[in-house]
Amino acid sequence: MLLAVAIPILMKTVFPEVVSKQAKMVFDAIDDLPDGSRILMSYDFDPASQGELLPMAQAFTRHCSVKGHKQYYMALWPLGSPMVDLSIDTIESEYPDMVYGEDYVKFDYKTGGEAVIRMITQDLRGMFELDSKGVSLDDIPMTKNVKNIQDMDLIINVSAGDPGTKQWVQFAATPFGIKTVSGCTGVQAPQMYPYIPEQLAGVLGAIKAAAEYEAAIDIAYPSIAANPKAQEAKRRMGPQLVAHCLMIILILIGNWIFFMSRKRGQA
Amino acid sequence: MKRTVPLIIAIVAGFVLLIANFIPFAEGWGLTAQEWFNILAVGAMILGGGNLIKLHLMKISGQRKGWGYSIVTIGCFVGTLIFGLFKIGVHPNEIYPSVAWSGYYLESGSGLWWIYQHMIVPLTSMMFAMLAFYVATAAFRAFRAKNTEATLLLVTAGIVLLGRTYAGVWLFDGWLPESMQWLRFDNLTVWIMDIPNTAGTRAITIGIALGVVATSLRILLGVDRSYLGQD
Repeated sequence: MLLAVAIPILMKTVFPEVVSKQAKMVFDAIDDLPDGSRILMSYDFDPASQGELLPMAQAFTRHCSVKGHKQYYMALWPLGSPMVDLSIDTIESEYPDMVYGEDYVKFDYKTGGEAVIRMITQDLRGMFELDSKGVSLDDIPMTKNVKNIQDMDLIINVSAGDPGTKQWVQFAATPFGIKTVSGCTGVQAPQMYPYIPEQLAGVLGAIKAAAEYEAAIDIAYPSIAANPKAQEAKRRMGPQLVAHCLMIILILIGNWIFFMSRKRGQA
Repeated sequence: MKRTVPLIIAIVAGFVLLIANFIPFAEGWGLTAQEWFNILAVGAMILGGGNLIKLHLMKISGQRKGWGYSIVTIGCFVGTLIFGLFKIGVHPNEIYPSVAWSGYYLESGSGLWWIYQHMIVPLTSMMFAMLAFYVATAAFRAFRAKNTEATLLLVTAGIVLLGRTYAGVWLFDGWLPESMQWLRFDNLTVWIMDIPNTAGTRAITIGIALGVVATSLRILLGVDRSYLGQD
């Protein structure tokens, strides 16, 4: 397994991606919004699932940035806040024209999980009086006219568990009709598909969907396609292909041994 | 008294949140209850930390099996707490330069940042990466076509495993007629996720929701008191 994962990483093998219906739905949900729309981005994951979720989080950031959307970052997980910092680093290094407070803003982590969501659906300042730099929301151009997250045009949630997409669906998307898309781990994805299309406008399940989403962005925006840093999910599909093939082989060998021993037992 | 007061608090808070959800007039009550919840959540974190220290100190003092690990746990907990609470290595915020501890707690180069970058990130990533090896051994040892249900599961897993990679497209490239493209593993995977998986998950979700309603009612009416503990 070590070699199955390591060799494609070292060889930097990249396979072409066919954009699936699910990835297209997520892409369209962001791309169809008028430029400069307000997007709340909640990073509800930590370094443990960084390998699976960070590429799609970065793809969301690049897509929103190239569209000129206003990005409001927050995290429901204590270690989600440093994940947000990685996206802000991407904005600062790749989109230097974007200005903090005018194009993107970050709120710090607050404890409470679903209670945080419930509160900000009614009163943003009830939970976040200041941004992560300690500036009052009334003094920040992109937040001074935002009363609560019902003013958002879209919620993007990158989720590795609870609190995460399920809570965003239950307490924000469904009761207030706020359009929401989710990027989640492969384990979570099957639980999220039933929410499509009424409660979730789309779901990206694990690194495969992230790679398809990257492919969809590449087709629409050649400037992103030319950026090698924006191909991270696609690069990770190489190890996934070889590892999955190895698992199929292991399953086949395991079953062959099982049937042989059963046959011998009967004889 | 020890059981009655918490019981009354739970019942009142439950009904307040319930009413706030359905009656517009009472919406404000729900917000107040949520503010209380947030304050209590912070208190719960302190209680959790205290409990962690107490349990591990007891383990060390009794020199119970694995007490050495308890020393490491307490050491890491106290160390992280000190670095985080006192923001060691964090410079004051540019907006409030005269206010100590006003800087960002994870400022690059600070003590907590170092712990995060060099301990938390590699350790948690390593734990997650180990899953690949566990799944591989589980696939070899446990995934057996013992009966019809297990065979069905095995075939579905095989299709999804290949369908979630480029192999799902590549295996059928060039020879499968256009009218049969739905048989490609990537398309079959989408179908499996969209139809059987969604149907099953919806049924489970509805079942869980009904269970939650029943349990909530039992708690609200004071019938279920198991959350209060034994004594």
